[in-house]
Amino acid sequence: MSFVSRLSQAAKGAAMMDFVGAFGLAMKYMVRPKATIYYPFEKGPISPRFRGEHALRRYPSGEERCIACKLCEAVCPAWAITIEAEPRADGSRRTTRYDIDMVKCIYCGFCQEACPVDAIVEGPNFEFTAENREELLYDKQKLIDNGDRWEREIARNLELDAPYR
Amino acid sequence: MTPYWATYYATPVGWTVLTVLGILAVTVGILISLAFLLLADRKIWAGVQMRKGPNMVGPFGLMQSFADFLKFVLKEIVIPAGADKTVFLFAPLLTFVLAFGSWAVIPFAPGWVVSNINVGILYLLAISSLGVYGVIMGGWASNSKYPFLGALRSAAQMVSYEVSIGLVILTVILLAGSMNLSTIVTAQSGGIWNWNMFGGGGLKNLPLIVVLFPMMVVFFISALAETNRPPFDLSEAESELVAGFQVEYSSTPYLLFMIGEYANIVLMCAMLSILFMGGWNSPFPPMPFLHITAGWSEVFSFLWMAVKMVFWFFMFAMVKAIVPRYRYDQLMRLGWKVFLPTSLVAVVLVAAWRVFGPGAGA
Repeated sequence: MSFVSRLSQAAKGAAMMDFVGAFGLAMKYMVRPKATIYYPFEKGPISPRFRGEHALRRYPSGEERCIACKLCEAVCPAWAITIEAEPRADGSRRTTRYDIDMVKCIYCGFCQEACPVDAIVEGPNFEFTAENREELLYDKQKLIDNGDRWEREIARNLELDAPYR
Repeated sequence: MTPYWATYYATPVGWTVLTVLGILAVTVGILISLAFLLLADRKIWAGVQMRKGPNMVGPFGLMQSFADFLKFVLKEIVIPAGADKTVFLFAPLLTFVLAFGSWAVIPFAPGWVVSNINVGILYLLAISSLGVYGVIMGGWASNSKYPFLGALRSAAQMVSYEVSIGLVILTVILLAGSMNLSTIVTAQSGGIWNWNMFGGGGLKNLPLIVVLFPMMVVFFISALAETNRPPFDLSEAESELVAGFQVEYSSTPYLLFMIGEYANIVLMCAMLSILFMGGWNSPFPPMPFLHITAGWSEVFSFLWMAVKMVFWFFMFAMVKAIVPRYRYDQLMRLGWKVFLPTSLVAVVLVAAWRVFGPGAGA
């Protein structure tokens, strides 16, 4: 480094031009609108594709959609899904057990992609903390209940996302 | 006319009572203002990052610091198994007591000072030098490697920047011809052009602005290093040392460390105001036509002092928000190879001005 450039660098440092510039920038940002969201009271926007808590859906008639094809169980990379099935009294094939280990689940959405009847879906709910591990081992009843509770939002999201699938 | 309490002050009992009351007023006043300055610090930091900062406790989050205080006090004190218990608990106490002890000589307004001693600046230097013991003891007694490294860094840093702070203060002492803080402030009265940052002494000393304005900046940066504030927070660099010497501290001992640290920061703000910005003096020349009575003039003086301290605290907070942390070798280079020679030259220049310049021998 030449003497002159070293000198000019020292002069710039002594005049603290960097600090003055940063100070101005900081003041500019301080008067900008804040980016804060009051989380529990106010939530950020969520894409229709958001992959949140799982739900098992029903048809409008009340009949459950899942036909126990076990495609979701096969595709699940985390081996979080366990399904057992046998023919029902009326001869249709339905699950007797449908468990998702939400602790194992990586929320990749493959189960949703694999499902031929849109039965298992990942809904928009991301607030499903539990106080212990056992509460996160979802069984079929819990998933069906989720489906009933979130059906309106899930149906809307599927409709919004349909053109891109 | 002597005030009505002057006769009471002259008796031994009265002196004791009034001095204790004064100490209480200063301590409580600083503690309460610290609570709001801490909040201001966080709010300014948040504002620069386009966040809102704490705003849930009380209106605009004004009670946040008191909620934090309660939280600290109610938590369990965890003492590491291998720690030296006595030293471990004594260290934060020492930091706290020293940080508040130095406020004894700070004049807030004409006559508003707990102890108006003639070597006030020496006292301040002595007390702030002792502050490093709290850090070293805390780091050593924790018996853990991160606190130890943090304490070592901090000790080296505080000792090296104390040297340049001392020399910068020397320039002001040369200019004012006194080590009494009240005298230094009085010497700067009469208007903004008499402040030490502009040469201190009206138009005839104006050329000294070349020396004294940079000295104010040097003092400010050294104060940042002295109080372990960013960009010189190497002793508690949270990305490397977690929290430096405070790693093993929790609950009230940690609170004492933190209050002591912030009390030192505000003390530095007060020193910057007193040494370079005319302390309690207003920036305007005396305006007798306003007919400010004796009592009120002191209140206004105090307000000017407070405004200047808040200004400097704002600068401390802004620096924390915008400047990245220094590397250790850069820190040492700045202290020993830049600030020390600069302030030495400044001392020589100011001394020469006092001897050979206009108004020499005054």
